[in-house]
Amino acid sequence: MDFTYRLLSNIVPGFATLPDWLAIALAAIVPASVIIMFMALGPIVYVYAERKIAGFMQDRLGPMRVGPYGLLQTIADAIKLLFKEAIFPAGADKVLFVIAPCLVVVGAFLGFVVVPFGSNLQAADLDVGVFYVVAVSSLSTVGLIMAGWASNNKYALFGAMRSAAQIVSYEIPAVMILLTIVMIVGSLSLQTIVAAQSGGLPYWFLFRYFPLMPIAFLIFFTAGLAECNRTPFDIPEAESELVAGFHTEYSGFFFAMFFMAEYTEMFVISAVASVLFLGGWQSPFPWAWTQGIGPVGFGPLWLIGKAWLLVFVMMWLRWTLPRLRVDQLMYVAWKVLLPIALVLVVVVGGLVIWPPTKDGFFWDRWVGWPLTAGLVLSLLYGLIAARVWNARRVRELAA
Amino acid sequence: MIQWARDVWEGVWTVLVGMKITWRHLFTSSVTLQYPEEKWQLPPKSRMRLFMKYEDCIGCGQCARACPVSCIYIKAEKRPATSPAIFAANGQPIKLDVSVFDIDMSLCCYCNLCTYPCPTFCLYMTPDYEFATGNLTEHLYRFAKKDAKFLMEDPKKKAAPAGAAPAAPAAPENPPASPAGAAGP
Repeated sequence: MDFTYRLLSNIVPGFATLPDWLAIALAAIVPASVIIMFMALGPIVYVYAERKIAGFMQDRLGPMRVGPYGLLQTIADAIKLLFKEAIFPAGADKVLFVIAPCLVVVGAFLGFVVVPFGSNLQAADLDVGVFYVVAVSSLSTVGLIMAGWASNNKYALFGAMRSAAQIVSYEIPAVMILLTIVMIVGSLSLQTIVAAQSGGLPYWFLFRYFPLMPIAFLIFFTAGLAECNRTPFDIPEAESELVAGFHTEYSGFFFAMFFMAEYTEMFVISAVASVLFLGGWQSPFPWAWTQGIGPVGFGPLWLIGKAWLLVFVMMWLRWTLPRLRVDQLMYVAWKVLLPIALVLVVVVGGLVIWPPTKDGFFWDRWVGWPLTAGLVLSLLYGLIAARVWNARRVRELAA
Repeated sequence: MIQWARDVWEGVWTVLVGMKITWRHLFTSSVTLQYPEEKWQLPPKSRMRLFMKYEDCIGCGQCARACPVSCIYIKAEKRPATSPAIFAANGQPIKLDVSVFDIDMSLCCYCNLCTYPCPTFCLYMTPDYEFATGNLTEHLYRFAKKDAKFLMEDPKKKAAPAGAAPAAPAAPENPPASPAGAAGP
């Protein structure tokens, strides 16, 4: 927003003389419309991708009928959903029933505010960006509980209760992991976190303190998966047990809003994960030209590419893993992720202050990067050796 | 503690194993058949829609009697002596005027039993299976034609000099059917 404000005051003559509230509102319209576009059009892409990936993973084709390769399928579905009647179940609390999907959408939508798409492309560079993301993403829990309660349906209420328990549980390991990042960077601002990872692939936080931060990334990604109710953590909507969980009673546009919120949240979680661990909008290569030129450069492409990669992994996981039981879900959160996350907080905190070297890359230089390189090389060697050994064995058997 | 670490490791490892399998399937070609554009390769003896060549029917009614669901309706009466002699393609003289030959495909059970007794091989199953209609009565196929062009002379007699050899092996096939055919009408 600061960027558009500066841009407008440079381009438009007399922009500086406008009253502050009007100028800020005008400057906010541009990022807001970009976010709304992402919000509204993103799910169309994600739903298509999800159905195609699901199809390919099950040796099917996915949607093929509407448009070439089924490209217009989700658009047709969206139009269908928009024209469907919104049904209010008997005994439903109508006010809450309408507010709930809006709240869920707002929760997902607000996360976009701090996602940095480039050095200038950020709706607002909040000083408490990380904290804001955590706070806002739990807003959708309120919406889910509201939806479950207002539906006057036992399945919806079950789903809502489960989602509340799940999101509250998984927020804790996620926040612990955020804490490790914040300790390394010393700032809660997402822009500062991205800037701290400049220099290419080895400087990403994914590869800091080698065995530690990859584990942290796994924990954060798992917790993020749980927070946007994706398989294997989709027990709030568990279609085989709870019909559709909290959105059982929703139809038409309200249902579409839940859908939109889910996919937007997926993107936001992936974008935040790539900002925290994968260098955000920075290119993975050390050469400057991969970053592009101008005030924007290739930043958005890098960030969206990384985020879409993680979204793809989410979809991949969805078609790989079965759903967890409720007790397994709690076991994973409280007995696996949380203890490991706590240990990581302590150990990473210790590594940040000790040894007290100038650049803080002591561990990485002497332990982390050599270990990573050794592991990658031995993995490659193992793969090639297995290939060679297999070929030799085949030849021996043939002879 | 050790058991816990082992469980966690096993959990992570098995997830990776599963992901490897789905990754492999991501690149295996799909088994879907895009039906109206691509079609099944049907076996040559597939039993689908019945077809009947009216010009060859002698009206013996054996097919109607063989049908376990009685979906073939035949009405035939004696040809007047004044009308010219007509023949089926295998040389059998047609002595009955078949005025009605209806097959109700909505009742048909596709058992193929009707085609075996036919002495002139005029009733057979085709590999055509796309005959769904919106109206049930459209499944009643009326094969009787008013303007059928019958063979006016015996094809056996005509082809006798050239086709004597093939006619001879065909002869033993017919006799088992002809006594029943004689008993039919």
